[in-house]
Amino acid sequence: MVIGLVAPMIGMFLVLRRFAIFADALGHAALMGVALGVLLGISPVLAALVVCMGVAFVVERLRAHRRLPSEATLALFLSGSLAIAIVIISLTQGFSVNIMGYLFGSITTVQSSDLWVIVGLGVIAILVIVGLFKELFYISFDEESARVSGLPIRYINLILVGLAALTVALAMRIVGILLVGALMVIPVLSAFQIARSFTGALKLAVAFSLVSVLTGLVSSYYLDVAAGGAIVVVALFFFLISLAFKRS
Amino acid sequence: MSDAPVFRVDHVSFGYNGRTVLKDISFDVQQGEFVGVIGPNGSGKSTLIKLLVGLIKPKTGSIEVFGRSLADFKDWQRIGYVSQRATHFDIGFPATVWEVVSLGRVSRVGLLRQPRKLDRDAIAKALEDTGMSDMQTRLIGNLSGGQQQRVFIARALAQKPEVLVLDEPTIGVDPEAHQSFFDLMRDLHDRKNLTIVLISHEVDVVLTEVTKLLCINQDLIFAGTPRQCLTDNCLVHLYGEGYHVAAHSHPWNHK
Repeated sequence: MVIGLVAPMIGMFLVLRRFAIFADALGHAALMGVALGVLLGISPVLAALVVCMGVAFVVERLRAHRRLPSEATLALFLSGSLAIAIVIISLTQGFSVNIMGYLFGSITTVQSSDLWVIVGLGVIAILVIVGLFKELFYISFDEESARVSGLPIRYINLILVGLAALTVALAMRIVGILLVGALMVIPVLSAFQIARSFTGALKLAVAFSLVSVLTGLVSSYYLDVAAGGAIVVVALFFFLISLAFKRS
Repeated sequence: MSDAPVFRVDHVSFGYNGRTVLKDISFDVQQGEFVGVIGPNGSGKSTLIKLLVGLIKPKTGSIEVFGRSLADFKDWQRIGYVSQRATHFDIGFPATVWEVVSLGRVSRVGLLRQPRKLDRDAIAKALEDTGMSDMQTRLIGNLSGGQQQRVFIARALAQKPEVLVLDEPTIGVDPEAHQSFFDLMRDLHDRKNLTIVLISHEVDVVLTEVTKLLCINQDLIFAGTPRQCLTDNCLVHLYGEGYHVAAHSHPWNHK
């Protein structure tokens, strides 16, 4: 449920910046991290977190200095990370069950010690977002004006992408690398169809996300389907409903 | 309030990729002035504005803001900025007028702090000054271009600046709303004694509204009052021989 809270909160600012695919790029970077972790014999989650953070900071620096168009930068890392991950996986003698669990989520393999880490880091992420909410909103809405007003743009942007990387690393065991981006974006898009304010959109996005996670997890248990897929299917259902009630 | 000029530009040049955009520009903007910056497309007007507000740094020369160099000036809340790209947002994005205007208080409120009553009062006052109080719960994407522009001006005003800097504020605004916009600028200048620097292509309106004119075309062609500009025929130097000016004074305002 912590993931259900954090993912859309980060997603709000990514969508506002037209950077929605950033979460998918981080997901693929996480796969590269997992593969590196398996190759080096270290914790795949820790390796994924480190790689995600590194990719997030590099993408942000490239975006900030406009060395490449934003979409091109993301496409570069999205496909590049996946390619490197596939090469590493083939070096470790093919796909293993472990990798599949990270790709599609495997909540049953999450241990109680993992849960405490996820909850702890998730709570920290929520507190940071709440504390910097107005700054994140301003920078995401109009970065140029925010910069002129004296806000520390560079550091706040790095905090945001760092939190996005953290969220991907925390969520991949539950939702899976391939779908973690969807959980960050789809509830936000649903909220945007019917919300009448930014704070209202945030509350709706969180509500859609929490219900999607809860319903998806319960469904996956009884229907014996992948949890990540079930969660995103429910989120998509809410999106279709929101389209029907789209504000005029 | 000190007597230092709001902006002092001293022999500033700027360029990129081997191309000169501004060449050896020098001028002052004094407190209380209403400055119009005009020039043809590609003349460096927006670059000049970005240099003034610290978004980019000059290649040569220096700029002082309220008597301090750009590197030393930290009090950016004193400058309210409305960029040319302010209205380039996704109109489907759900943000109310109040929420957008409240962004102007972010730097005043401070990191990790929540807005207080004085911040809400400043937002309400900014909405009142721009005639947008009745629209505060409306979504900004549902407003006209002119109304959106007023919202962004209100956002800058909510900061309680001493200076307003606007980069082509009437782009995308219906021609009928242009005069309304300049009426608002005149009101803010006269009533609040705001220093205003704005770029505009509406030479005719700018000539009648501003107290100081800067004519830019890589060089500073002219800096002075609109009347001096007409006397010196500076518009022909700025826009070319084909530019004709027909002007007459108004008995009621002597402009």
